[in-house]
Amino acid sequence: MTDIFNSIVVLLNFVIIPGLSYGSQLALGALGVTFVYAILRFANFAHGELMSFGAMITILFTWFFQSQNIGLGILPTALIALPFGILATILLGLLSDKFVFKYYRKQKSVPVVLAMVSIGVMFVVNAIIRIIVGTETIKFSDGQKFIMKAKEFKMMTGLNEGLALKSSQVITILITIALLTFTFWFLQKTKTGKSMRAFSDNEDLALLSGINPDRVVFITWLIVGTLACVAGTLYGLDKSYKPIIYLNLVLPIFASAIVGGIGSPFGAVVGGYVIAFSEIMVTYAYKKFFKYLLPENFEPSSLVQLLSTDYKFAVSFTILVIVLLIRPSGIFRGKVL
Amino acid sequence: MRFDKYEWTAISIMTSLFILVGFIQGWSVSLVILNMCIISAIMTMGVNISWGYAGVINFGVMGFLAMGGLAAVLVSYPPVKEAWQVGGSGLGISLILLVALVTAVYFITKLVEKKSHKYWLNGLVICFGLIIIRYFFLNATDRIEEVDPALAGFLGGANLPIIFSWAVGGLFAGGVAFVIGKVALGLRSDYLAIVTLGISEIVVSVLKHEEWLSRGVKNVIGLKRPVPYEINLQTSDWFISMVTWFNSSKLNEIIDADQKQEILTNLIIDSSSLFVKLNYALLFFTVMIVIYYFANKAQISPWGRMMRAIRDNEVSANAMGKDIVKQHLIIFVIGAAIVGVAGAMLVTLDGLFTPSGYRPLRFTFIIWIMVIVGGSGNNLGAIFGGFVIWFAWIEVAPLTTFLINLLTSGLDPQNAIRLHLLDSVPYFRYLLMGMILLLILRYRPKGIIPEKIRHS
Repeated sequence: MTDIFNSIVVLLNFVIIPGLSYGSQLALGALGVTFVYAILRFANFAHGELMSFGAMITILFTWFFQSQNIGLGILPTALIALPFGILATILLGLLSDKFVFKYYRKQKSVPVVLAMVSIGVMFVVNAIIRIIVGTETIKFSDGQKFIMKAKEFKMMTGLNEGLALKSSQVITILITIALLTFTFWFLQKTKTGKSMRAFSDNEDLALLSGINPDRVVFITWLIVGTLACVAGTLYGLDKSYKPIIYLNLVLPIFASAIVGGIGSPFGAVVGGYVIAFSEIMVTYAYKKFFKYLLPENFEPSSLVQLLSTDYKFAVSFTILVIVLLIRPSGIFRGKVL
Repeated sequence: MRFDKYEWTAISIMTSLFILVGFIQGWSVSLVILNMCIISAIMTMGVNISWGYAGVINFGVMGFLAMGGLAAVLVSYPPVKEAWQVGGSGLGISLILLVALVTAVYFITKLVEKKSHKYWLNGLVICFGLIIIRYFFLNATDRIEEVDPALAGFLGGANLPIIFSWAVGGLFAGGVAFVIGKVALGLRSDYLAIVTLGISEIVVSVLKHEEWLSRGVKNVIGLKRPVPYEINLQTSDWFISMVTWFNSSKLNEIIDADQKQEILTNLIIDSSSLFVKLNYALLFFTVMIVIYYFANKAQISPWGRMMRAIRDNEVSANAMGKDIVKQHLIIFVIGAAIVGVAGAMLVTLDGLFTPSGYRPLRFTFIIWIMVIVGGSGNNLGAIFGGFVIWFAWIEVAPLTTFLINLLTSGLDPQNAIRLHLLDSVPYFRYLLMGMILLLILRYRPKGIIPEKIRHS
């Protein structure tokens, strides 16, 4: 019996909890991409940089607060700095819209041109970030690192395997739940949310019924900025902040949004978790897991790993390609917000 | 190929820029930039053919370049016999099994009628097949990677002159593009962009981690050259006499024999490296001109006209009986093959293959900026874009240093802001690239040298 518990704990520790926190980060990112896609109607390649920018501003404010000895005790200081990061990210989104994207929207350019434009924005934001903080890895999480250490768990339960619970993981999951609840409540219940859904569904009809497009775009950037900054900061808090990572994160985020059904917010969230779990599950070595479950003689000699961890990123694209082949509109039929 | 006034201006500005760099920073620098410019121009033509002619987006540039680079390794590197002995049979068995698996899946798809049965059966066969293949394959690759890991640890190549790899690189990239095109070309353009970007990441990560094939992150160094080596040049008589002849007026002025010999030696060393770069430049230039010639011929041919028709109005082209899916696939493969040629040339120029050096920012997005800036749909525009952007990419660093020094000249030399700015000089090139792209898209969306509208 303890063997079964041990194997469950192994799985929890190495697959489920990391998957949940990574999935939450992807889900928040993918939700932002989906909002831009559904309302502004283009694939925003600059989203990763938006996340990175938000995280960078949060880090700068965290440093400021740390130097002033303002902190939250056991919680990371970044949580106080987060609102400032969100404001700055929203500002960046609005500015990029005003100076760049608005022109093409008024011109009714094709989506590909807007995607190209977003690549230009990506380069500019990328350069600004690197000029400000460089390319080094930055660790900015402080406060208590673990809620539960592996040793404590072993003592508590008497099992062989420990379960470590990082506070950044718990914070990520809690903030994600709160933010997702709020976003879906906003979309379903408020008048503005309904107008946004209408706008995404049929722009001409929405305009005819008196919805102000500028207001819808403004609100979209508010939401996108918030989501991007929170996702970027949580990712940086959980692992560490490095500008180049966010560029690599764009593709899994796109994969999540498309796998879930692009344009569908619920799909984006589900897609995020699907991509995260498959990345981790396919590249996890199950040797320890089977060691507890199988009788002693059948103990696996190899690592029981489907793919080496080198291919972590490749997994998400493979899933993306398979989904596009079998069901191009994604798991939840996309397009309508 | 008749150029109008505008195009002549572009060509002469570019030429004079290179001469200017030659005089200010030295001819060696100028030739190094020129070589990379030509390679960039070939990549740009490849992208331009699929995007400019037919509107097929190709964000997989990085992957095709890497395939070209792999070709350079596989063609020119001497074979590692020991590795073939220990792992060859295992690899052969897994290849045969793979072919068997693909045939099985093909027949299942053809013969089984019911759709859900088809999926289940296929899934089962693929899973089972992969487990068996994995067993043989991993055994073989492990053994190969154990062969002299510090120097070899991979299969090596065919030991042919590296210049053949340019064609082979095109074939490799074209082959990969064929598979990608079969899978993804039905998608809408922005989906296609994301998918090709993703697949190019997969290609690069395979090259990075399959050490038996490409040595992975351990890199392959010391590839053969298609041009003479400096060391050999410096000892060969004809080269020495040529250098003496070129500089005879300068050498004759010096009377002291020792001093004369010393100056001559220095001249020979300098000019040998120049001569090598010049040789590369000539080779690359020939390839560029050949590709340019055929690309232009294709564009004004009936086939090119059909491509434009498909690009401008897919529905009506379809109604006229043009097979859009097939034509898209053809042009995607051709474009990718040209990029593959450029990839092989790139590795030839460097003499080494570093899979971890392939990054999308540098090898996909910059190429796209070149296409957009130069002018999509116009081959000369594409070449010009490649030249201008690569030139700017290199020359922006010294310029920024100069500007920062100028702007902060009032500040203390140890001022923190000044030092920080000087540290981040390399990142200003990204800023410049982004700004150029945004400005061009806004104010000159057809590029610097736009496509000529032909009513023929």
